[in-house]
Amino acid sequence: MFELLKIELYKIFKKPRTYIGFIAITVVVVLMQMGLYSDGDSWIKLVLQSVMENMEIHDGKLLNGYLVCFLILNTLLIQVPMMVTLVTGDLISGEANMGTLRLLLTKPISRNKLLLTKMMAGLMYTLLLLIWMAFLSLFVSMFIFGTDDMVYQKSSELVVHLYKDNQGDDIFWRYMCAFVYAFISLATIAALSFMLSVFAENSIGPILSTIAIIIVFTIISNMNIPFFEKIKNYMFTTHMVGWKGFFNMKSNADNEPLRGTIYNLPAILRSGGILMAHFILFTGISMYAFRRKDILS
Amino acid sequence: MKPLNKIFLLVIAAIGISLAALSQDAAALIKKVKARMEVVNDYQATGKMKTDVTFLKVPLATVNVYFKKPNKFRISKEKGISILPKGGVSVNMQNLLQENNFVALDAGNGTAGGMAVKIVKLLPINETGDVVLTTLYIDPASLLIMKATTTTRENGTYDIEMSYGKWTTYALPDKVVFSFNTKDYKLPKGVTLEFDDGERPDMEKLKNKKGRVEITYLSYEINKGVPDSFFK
Repeated sequence: MFELLKIELYKIFKKPRTYIGFIAITVVVVLMQMGLYSDGDSWIKLVLQSVMENMEIHDGKLLNGYLVCFLILNTLLIQVPMMVTLVTGDLISGEANMGTLRLLLTKPISRNKLLLTKMMAGLMYTLLLLIWMAFLSLFVSMFIFGTDDMVYQKSSELVVHLYKDNQGDDIFWRYMCAFVYAFISLATIAALSFMLSVFAENSIGPILSTIAIIIVFTIISNMNIPFFEKIKNYMFTTHMVGWKGFFNMKSNADNEPLRGTIYNLPAILRSGGILMAHFILFTGISMYAFRRKDILS
Repeated sequence: MKPLNKIFLLVIAAIGISLAALSQDAAALIKKVKARMEVVNDYQATGKMKTDVTFLKVPLATVNVYFKKPNKFRISKEKGISILPKGGVSVNMQNLLQENNFVALDAGNGTAGGMAVKIVKLLPINETGDVVLTTLYIDPASLLIMKATTTTRENGTYDIEMSYGKWTTYALPDKVVFSFNTKDYKLPKGVTLEFDDGERPDMEKLKNKKGRVEITYLSYEINKGVPDSFFK
C-alpha cells in the first residue's frame, strides 16, 4: 500500500496543475500581507470605527501576525477548496481520460485498495496545501507583523479581545485547532470531487461541478432568507466555517470571558461531525460506484 | 425706601450670604479633601480590570496604573493592547482636584455606597474645557470621595465609584468602578460566512447603552518615584 501511495503521490506532483494551488495561495497571501503592511493600520481603524467612538484602543500592536492570519483565513478558506479540487477531481477521471485506468486495474490490486490509496494521496496533497497556507499566513505573518493580543470584530455583535500577555498566549492553540478543523473541511471537498471524479471520463466535469457546488452552497449559506435558513444546516459549506468558533470565549456567571475556553465546543464538534459524515458518505459512494464501474478506457 | 422693598433687599442679602457661606463650606471641605490627598506625590499600582460593555468581549486583565503630580495619570494593560472607555478612566480624584480652576458649591447631603455624604458640585472656571460639571459625594468624617459624576462635552457622563480599605491612609481606593454611556454601536455587516455558535447579543444591555469598567487594586507603591517615560 505504501509503494502504491508513493506512486500516486509521484503522479500528483508530476502534474503542473498541482502547483497552481500553491502558487495561487502564495500570491494571495503575499499580496494581502503587502497591503496590510503598507496601510493596514488605517484599514483597522476604519473597521473598528464604531468601537473607537466609545473606547480608546492603545498600547500594543493592533495589526499583528495573529490578526493578519485571521483576515487571510477569512478570505482564503472559501477559495482554497477550489484549489483542492484541481487535484482531487482529477485522480480517477484523469486516469480514465488518459486510458490508463483499465491498465492500472489489470494489476493485482483490489479496486477498493486502489481507490483508497488515491484518496489518501489526495488527502496528503490537501494537507500539504493547508500546511503551506498555515506557514505563509500564520508563521510568516508572525515574523513580519510580530505577535500581540488579537482584537477582531465578529459580524454578529461584538469585538473579541484574545490575550497574548504575561499570563500566556491564548491565541496560538486556537489557530492549531482551527487548522485541524480546516483540514476536515478541505478533506470533505476532496472527497466530494473524488466522488464526482469516479463518475466522469475527463477531469473538467468533476472539477467544475465541485466548484459550482461550492459556489451555489456558499451563496445559499450566506443568504439570510428564512426559506434557506431551514436547509442551511444540511449543507456542508455552512459547517466549513466552524474553525471560527475556536476564536470565541465562554463567559462565567459574572459575564466575564474566560481565557483558554471555547464558547460553544459542542457546536464546533457537531459541525465537524457533519463534515466527517459527508466525507464518509462521499467516500462510501465512491467505493460503491467504483466497484461496479464498467471501466472501458 | 418702602418697607416691602427693604424686606426684599433683606431676603436677597440673606440668600446671598447663605449661598456664600455654603460655597465657603464646600470650598473648605474640598480643601480638606485635597489636603488629605496631598500626601501622595506619585504611585504605581497594579490591579485587575474587568470590562463589561455589551459589544466587547474582553477577559479579566492585569493592569498597571501610574500617577504623578500634578496631573499625570495612565492605565495600561500589563502587556498587549489596552481597550479603555474614552475619557472616563483617565480621570482620577487627584487629577480632578489638583488644579484650582473650579468653583465648589454645596449641593446638600445624600448617600453613596450606603453612607451619608456631602454633595459638592464643581463648576469649572474655564468654559472651553471638556469637563462641564463634576459632582462629588464626600464622606465628611473620613474626608474620602466615595463617588464622582462627571459630565463632559465629548464623552458624555460617567460615574466613578470608589471603595476604600487597605490604602485609606493615602486616600487611595481598593476598587474603582467606572460607569459610562455608550454611543450607538453599529453592527458590522458580515461579508464572509460567520459560524453560528449560538451567541446572541443581550438586547436589554444594548438598550441600556451602559458600560462598566471595574479596577480592583492589588498593590500600590506610593511616593517611590515614577519616571515620566511611563506616561508616554
